[in-house]
Amino acid sequence: MSSTSAPLSAGSLSALEAPSTDGASGARDFAHYLVRKVAAAIVSFALLLVLGFIIFSLMPSNPVEALTRGHPTSAKQIAFLTKQLGLNQPVWERFGHFVLNTLQGHLGYSWQFEEPVATLVIQRLWPTLLLMGSSTIVSILLGMWLGIRSGWRPGKLLDRTSTGTAIAFWSVPTYWLGILLLVLFSTGFGPIPPLFPAGGMSTPGAVGGLAPSHILDVARHLVLPCLTLVLVVFAQYQMIMRSSMIDELGNPYLLTARAKGLRDAEVRQKHAVPNALLPSVTLIFLQVGTMISGAITVETVYSWPGLGYLTFQALNIPDLPLLEGTFIIFSASVIVFNLLADLAYRYLDPRVRRS
Amino acid sequence: MTTIDQTAPGSAAAATPPRFQALRKFAREFARTPTAMAGLAILIAITVLALTAPLFIHASDLNVVNAPGQPIAPPSARFPLGTDYAGRSIVPLLIWGTRPSLAIGVISTALTMVLGSAIGLLAGHYGGITSRLLMALTDWFIALPTLPLAIGLAAVLGQGDASITIAIAVTSWPGTARLIRAQTLAVEARPFIERAKALGARDGQLMVRQVLPNVAPFILVSATLTVAGSILSAATLQFLGLGNPTDVSWGSMINQAFFQGAVSAGAWWYILPPGIAILVVVLGFTLVGRAVENILNPRMAR
Repeated sequence: MSSTSAPLSAGSLSALEAPSTDGASGARDFAHYLVRKVAAAIVSFALLLVLGFIIFSLMPSNPVEALTRGHPTSAKQIAFLTKQLGLNQPVWERFGHFVLNTLQGHLGYSWQFEEPVATLVIQRLWPTLLLMGSSTIVSILLGMWLGIRSGWRPGKLLDRTSTGTAIAFWSVPTYWLGILLLVLFSTGFGPIPPLFPAGGMSTPGAVGGLAPSHILDVARHLVLPCLTLVLVVFAQYQMIMRSSMIDELGNPYLLTARAKGLRDAEVRQKHAVPNALLPSVTLIFLQVGTMISGAITVETVYSWPGLGYLTFQALNIPDLPLLEGTFIIFSASVIVFNLLADLAYRYLDPRVRRS
Repeated sequence: MTTIDQTAPGSAAAATPPRFQALRKFAREFARTPTAMAGLAILIAITVLALTAPLFIHASDLNVVNAPGQPIAPPSARFPLGTDYAGRSIVPLLIWGTRPSLAIGVISTALTMVLGSAIGLLAGHYGGITSRLLMALTDWFIALPTLPLAIGLAAVLGQGDASITIAIAVTSWPGTARLIRAQTLAVEARPFIERAKALGARDGQLMVRQVLPNVAPFILVSATLTVAGSILSAATLQFLGLGNPTDVSWGSMINQAFFQGAVSAGAWWYILPPGIAILVVVLGFTLVGRAVENILNPRMAR
């Protein structure tokens, strides 16, 4: 916890050093900050492209061999594939093509689906957004609620039980929990009736679109994968919130608030929570990476037709262009969320926002 | 002169009783923490089981061909935890699974520690541009989502324990690097470093002989917690089908249970044990790691 909060305290220190920013220079500062952060994000993305190229284009000894494994292939076909994949060009040229293509949204061509990777990714984007969005919101609400209460009275019963539960859920493999919930609630295990569907995002053959019956159907399919992710992830939010609440505990302003005669709940909600929220908000943005890892395995367990399930399907051959595409999309989204976290912090800290 | 005595290899402990005392104090505090002892007991039991497994588990217990039972049969007198998709008894599979889990967890953690400590030491010792570049790289790596990266690496390197080990090490070093850099900075601010410099110690000597022994406890803490994470990651990659296809591991057991119809059969005896095994081992390492962290640096773990 302490290592993650270090950059934040450094940030608030630098904010304190310049308390007398008037409007104009404050705005200029912000523009400066924005440019620096966006530039850093662009550099991160460039490095990401290099890494993606190294892993998926340079490391595989012979993609043609992987592609034709199990199929009888003539020398002529191999030569054709080598040329088609551009493997006969020098490395720098290949990297150049790769960067240009990626920037234009061409992520290559999936070997098993025989479709452009970009098309596949766009098809699968919305189910993943739905699953990750809903589970993130529920986990944040649950984690914050528990974190605020357990951090307010550390060492008490609620703190001990909820922290213990959090650590236990953290040690549980996400997909295993998903399989257990699947057995319990969708197969009719013992006395429990099959409450929820076993997989997919909607009942096959049902009417799509925005019909109420369809929305209800999707919601029913969403319950178990969402619950799985929430159980594993809420603990992270709880620990973050708990630790920032504890950081606030000794502060004199709380004593002042009590001296004014405020009730305990008021001191907590009106004074401690707003201050504790500040460092938490940015750390919450930074959890997106963890969510992605969870989404890959949970989507696999529930055959939820999103990017995570697509990643799992890509492991089949392995379908390297598809794997590369999902890797770049996942990592790029993390870079974007880190940028948002930086901007949110800058905006939310009233000492900085003054302008 | 004391600094040289202190770190001379071999005579280190003998020459400086304070170190022994520190160790004894540490052991006393550790023994007084019930959760730490529980964690340690788990780890010892699991390690003994893993090392002695070949004595009482035979190749025929693990062979898919000519398995003794019916596929996915519920627990019975002959098969206390039922059978798997091929009709093998679950119990020996479960015990055998400790081996790849511990091996991958420990080896990938060792690699992680070497990589992370080296980068942390270099970044902490050499300031300026070296430090900034290394830390920028570390921060960038921390931000990357680990599982997609590990999946990509393991897929490209091919199924098997070696590629899983490498994939985990490559994705988990940045946390250690940051911790070690911070501790290196703290250690280098202490006067004995200046003394060593005045005595003419070169950069390499300073880092290996003066700083490294002083940051070693933090490497230990980081390692214990990293093993827990590595075992979880390894099981995840095995579940996704990237494990060694001919060996038995907990992750691949869950994979087989899931993809060979244990869910629709409601075969809890097939699904529960490997997950509980992972949970227990990870919990063991986490409990020990947390306790060590608490004792060495009460401020760090809150």
